[in-house]
Amino acid sequence: MATQETSQSATFCHAFGNVLSFAVLLLIGVMAFSIRLFSVIKYESVIHEFDPYFNYRVTQFLTKSGVYDFWNWFDDRTWYPLGRVIGGTVYPGLTLTAGTLWRILNSMNIPLSVETVCVFTAPVFSAFASWATYLLTKEIKGAGAGLTAAALLAMVPSYISRSVAGSYDNEAVAIFALIFTFYLYIKTLNTGSLFYATLNAIAYFYMVCSWGGYTFIINLIPMHVLLCIVTGRYSPRLYIAYAPLVVLGTLLAALVPVVGFNAVMTSEHFASFLVFIIIHVVALVYYIKGILSPQMFKVAVTLVVSVGMVVCFAVLAVLIALVASSPTKGWSGRSLSLLDPTYASKYIPIIASVSEHQPPTWPSYFMDINVLAFLVPAGIIACFLPLSDASSFAVLYIVTSVYFSGVMVRLMLVLAPAACIMSGIALSEAFDVFTRSIKFHLVGATQSPQDNAGDTTKVTQNDVKHEKSEVTIKERSSRKSKKKDKENIERPSLVSRVEKRLLVLPLETSVIAVFLLVLLGAFYVVHCVWAAAEAYSAPSIVLTSRSHDGLHVFDDFREAYAWLSHNTEVDDKVASWWDYGYQTTAMANRTVIVDNNTWNNTHIATVGTAMSSPEKAAWDIFNSLDVKYVLVVFGGFVGYPSDDINKFLWMVRIGGGVFPHIKEPDYLRDGQYRIDSQATPTMLNCLMYKLSYFRFVETDGRGFDRVRNTEIGKKHFKLTHFEEVFTTHHWMVRIYKLKSPRNRIRGKTKKSKLKSGTSISSKRSGTRKKNPWQ
Amino acid sequence: MAAPKFAFLLLKLISVLPLLVTSFSADRPTDRRILVLLDDLSLKSSHSLFFSSLKSRGFDLDFKRADDPSIAVKRYGQYMYDGLILLSPSTDRFGGSLDMEGVLDFVDSGHDLIVAADANASDLIRNIAAECGVDFDEDPSAVVVDHSSYAVSETEGDHTLIAADDFIQSDVILGNKKIEAPVLFKGIGHSLNPGNSMVLKALSASSSSYSTNPSSKLSSQPPSLYGTAISLVSVVQARNAARIMISGSLDMFSNRLFRAGVQKSGSLNKYEKSGNEQFITELSKWIFHERGHLKAANLRHNKVGESEEPLMYRINDDLEFSVEIFEWSGSSWVPHVSKDVQVQFYMMSPYVLKTLSTNEKGLYHTSFKVPDVYGVFQFKVEYQKLGYTSLSLSKQIPVRPFKHNEYERFITTAFPYYGASFSMMAGFFIFSGVYLYNK
Repeated sequence: MATQETSQSATFCHAFGNVLSFAVLLLIGVMAFSIRLFSVIKYESVIHEFDPYFNYRVTQFLTKSGVYDFWNWFDDRTWYPLGRVIGGTVYPGLTLTAGTLWRILNSMNIPLSVETVCVFTAPVFSAFASWATYLLTKEIKGAGAGLTAAALLAMVPSYISRSVAGSYDNEAVAIFALIFTFYLYIKTLNTGSLFYATLNAIAYFYMVCSWGGYTFIINLIPMHVLLCIVTGRYSPRLYIAYAPLVVLGTLLAALVPVVGFNAVMTSEHFASFLVFIIIHVVALVYYIKGILSPQMFKVAVTLVVSVGMVVCFAVLAVLIALVASSPTKGWSGRSLSLLDPTYASKYIPIIASVSEHQPPTWPSYFMDINVLAFLVPAGIIACFLPLSDASSFAVLYIVTSVYFSGVMVRLMLVLAPAACIMSGIALSEAFDVFTRSIKFHLVGATQSPQDNAGDTTKVTQNDVKHEKSEVTIKERSSRKSKKKDKENIERPSLVSRVEKRLLVLPLETSVIAVFLLVLLGAFYVVHCVWAAAEAYSAPSIVLTSRSHDGLHVFDDFREAYAWLSHNTEVDDKVASWWDYGYQTTAMANRTVIVDNNTWNNTHIATVGTAMSSPEKAAWDIFNSLDVKYVLVVFGGFVGYPSDDINKFLWMVRIGGGVFPHIKEPDYLRDGQYRIDSQATPTMLNCLMYKLSYFRFVETDGRGFDRVRNTEIGKKHFKLTHFEEVFTTHHWMVRIYKLKSPRNRIRGKTKKSKLKSGTSISSKRSGTRKKNPWQ
Repeated sequence: MAAPKFAFLLLKLISVLPLLVTSFSADRPTDRRILVLLDDLSLKSSHSLFFSSLKSRGFDLDFKRADDPSIAVKRYGQYMYDGLILLSPSTDRFGGSLDMEGVLDFVDSGHDLIVAADANASDLIRNIAAECGVDFDEDPSAVVVDHSSYAVSETEGDHTLIAADDFIQSDVILGNKKIEAPVLFKGIGHSLNPGNSMVLKALSASSSSYSTNPSSKLSSQPPSLYGTAISLVSVVQARNAARIMISGSLDMFSNRLFRAGVQKSGSLNKYEKSGNEQFITELSKWIFHERGHLKAANLRHNKVGESEEPLMYRINDDLEFSVEIFEWSGSSWVPHVSKDVQVQFYMMSPYVLKTLSTNEKGLYHTSFKVPDVYGVFQFKVEYQKLGYTSLSLSKQIPVRPFKHNEYERFITTAFPYYGASFSMMAGFFIFSGVYLYNK
């Protein structure tokens, strides 16, 4: 309506609003990037944690050898001696993205190292993700909500935790791809454009390339389509949004080597095909309904339904039989544990052992999405006023992601964008109401409120003024552009919107409410900056601790890996628990037995069994795997809690799952896991205990473990089959070498020892004991 | 000023050089310099036949009294000797810096050792033997007595001089020539742990022998060592190919028994000369690596039709494998000819196990197909044969799966599907044309 009035001021305001929202988006992007740089500033520009090291190594390979070699890469340095076909088992999206970035930068003569590009990929993509959030929310509830949501997402702690500079993991680009795919879906749904539908399939392809979480998209969108059909919202736009996505998307997904035929064979994708059939049936019904008279249509319906039911049941029976014939019912373990949260802990200890697969605690919701948790319900309500195709999608998105985040803590990441969108909508709607009320009281006294066009322009001006004063909340923007969208897409909802605009709150209430909302936003910003700076920036390979005499830096991991790379042969094999596999291959460039890609449970169980066995048995296992060095992480000296002793029960559990002679109760005293003098003999004699606590008593004289807060049970012992070759400065990483077998085999030593003890001086028998191994 | 100093250094270097060349090395495994420790220097003359046979074979013998304070086998971390002969059964401790640890370290760094014990052998000698896997009879005064296969002598003795002819069946250890005459042995017996695979009985006692103190009366209890469990002379080959000979008798090395005639009781054959000389000489040849020392070289593999060694194989590749094995003849490397050398293509377990064929010139070769399994494989040659040094070679080689473009592009069985897709495409094209322009 404002556009119909071609007045000078309206055009000017329109343009001004566009420029302003563009500037705001730019600033949001800059903020999203810069808030993630704390890790670089506080620590250094390094790759973080475990998986990013693998991705970094793969990227290095890609930039060195090219795409085809990467695709065909058979890596002989991990999972020795099985090896791993990396090209076919990795989601290549992140690697290809960073590799392409690096290539482009280099072709522009910007000589950045691969590592630098990898470190900054995540922050760059979080800026993209916030822009995608703007686009998505704009499609749902208009530009104002879009800007709010984008600003919220740019700094939501949950997302920051996975995308700080250096956190070079799949999620870094996948969240952008996820939001962007949703945006294109909603855009197609709103416009009915085949162009956007094609783009949507391509965006989906990028998502499939990037992350296993693509199954969320391919289940959520069918759910939404089904919801639309059930609620009678079927339209050709829905068909165009959905059908090309399934066909093109599935074809494209099958191109990704790691997905391949899974795209049509596993149950995760089943829903999309079922809905694909349903939407065709519905489309046919609507078509027939259009060409037949109502009576004829009724006859046709009864006919088709009766025949269709029979066919459906037959097909369904075949499908169920097929699915039921597979042991996991065609679902992968991770997906099953999503549907049944207790599945993993019951059947797959290897999935349950990963901390990010555990259900989150309540405080983690407050930590990760903060005030958004309170704004989400308001956003859901706003989505129902009125309910459109797009807003119903948003509601469905938040509902499912809340469930999934409750199952697995890492899926908080999927919840975060949904929460941001909902909160953006809620905040935007609230500001809308309050600022309109204020404006009504200040300006509206003289002007007629019924004049919709005038009203809208005023709102715009008022909002712009408001914007200037409120620096922290930059979500205000042109109501006009939003309005235009609404006119195009949701003509029916306009009426209710106009009616709603007439609701006016008292001036004081509005002012106070606005003030409180700004306060809430400020609190959120403070929390996010704190989380980014303090909680989520630690690279976890370099640890710091603050004590009364200043800052301590624990750089033991890199010390150990550097030792390995400088002091061992290139083809030597290093055994450690799988957590450190990726880092060992990437940083020390040594072959490992198991790594964080936990694809072979038996192999991991073998290492777990070795760690839980006494020295001799462990030596045999390691020797059969050609292991030269064993690496253990030990935190008892400095109090680093996530060390191998704390992970040890998982080793026992996983090892015992495959090799039943390892029994968990043997390591527990009355059901308690302990390493003090009450510990079981099995525990005190297992390799992990010995390698962790060898010579530990020499540090403080009594062997006090600062993680378990107890004195260790067995303090003085010698190693017969292993020798210590390196222990880092803070004892956090200890490296042992397997002793080679004895050069000679002694005779009946006991007898001769007894003899020498009786006749020869004790000095000689003392020296004899010293060198049992050569 | 500097020039003469330099020349002097050079001179010194040159004088050291031959010493370096003649010393033990992987290329010339025969020992050169041998330290002989004796209880008493008179043994030098009473056992001179043994020593002169060594000298005639080119060894440098260095005789020392066992308690000589100047004994040192190691200087500046380098061993000065390649072999050690301990003919000092009664020594309680060595002179100089040598002790039991020193002797064992000497062995563990790849050097050879001959130990002769005797009745009333010292604990030092017993402990050295025990460390090598040989347990002498614990009774210090016990000797081996055999009332049925003793050596017949003029005076009816106490049957402690035994005529033993139960040799180890190995041409590698005892030479090609059969030892006809029994070996005269007078000393203590020892037993071996049957679980110990490194120690071998070179000469064992007969089933009627037992170990006791001949001057004491037989007790009702059976003796602790009896029958064929008694080993008279044992040899050990350690994992690092160091060889050890342990004998319970010092006398068997002596000129007297070397020259003595022998007639085994109950046997009509009377030999002019005992088997001692032949037995000890042949055994010492083995001990000092003049025989039975193998080396493997040039482990090669390549794809059939290529000569370059690839970095990686693909599954189902055909490959050729070859390795050269030589045997040390005492003066040069000669081809080792055997029909039982095998290669394993190994990944946690052997996927391929093939016997290598030889060209009689030291080259062993075979060819096989890489199994249809990818992973990091090893070519393994594990050759352990009685008397020979063990060969244990392995070479790592990854085997990769097919590349994405190495699969067959068009499969005949799939032609219906190709047909389906292309007809579908054509149909869609026609349908679109008709639908769009037929109005």
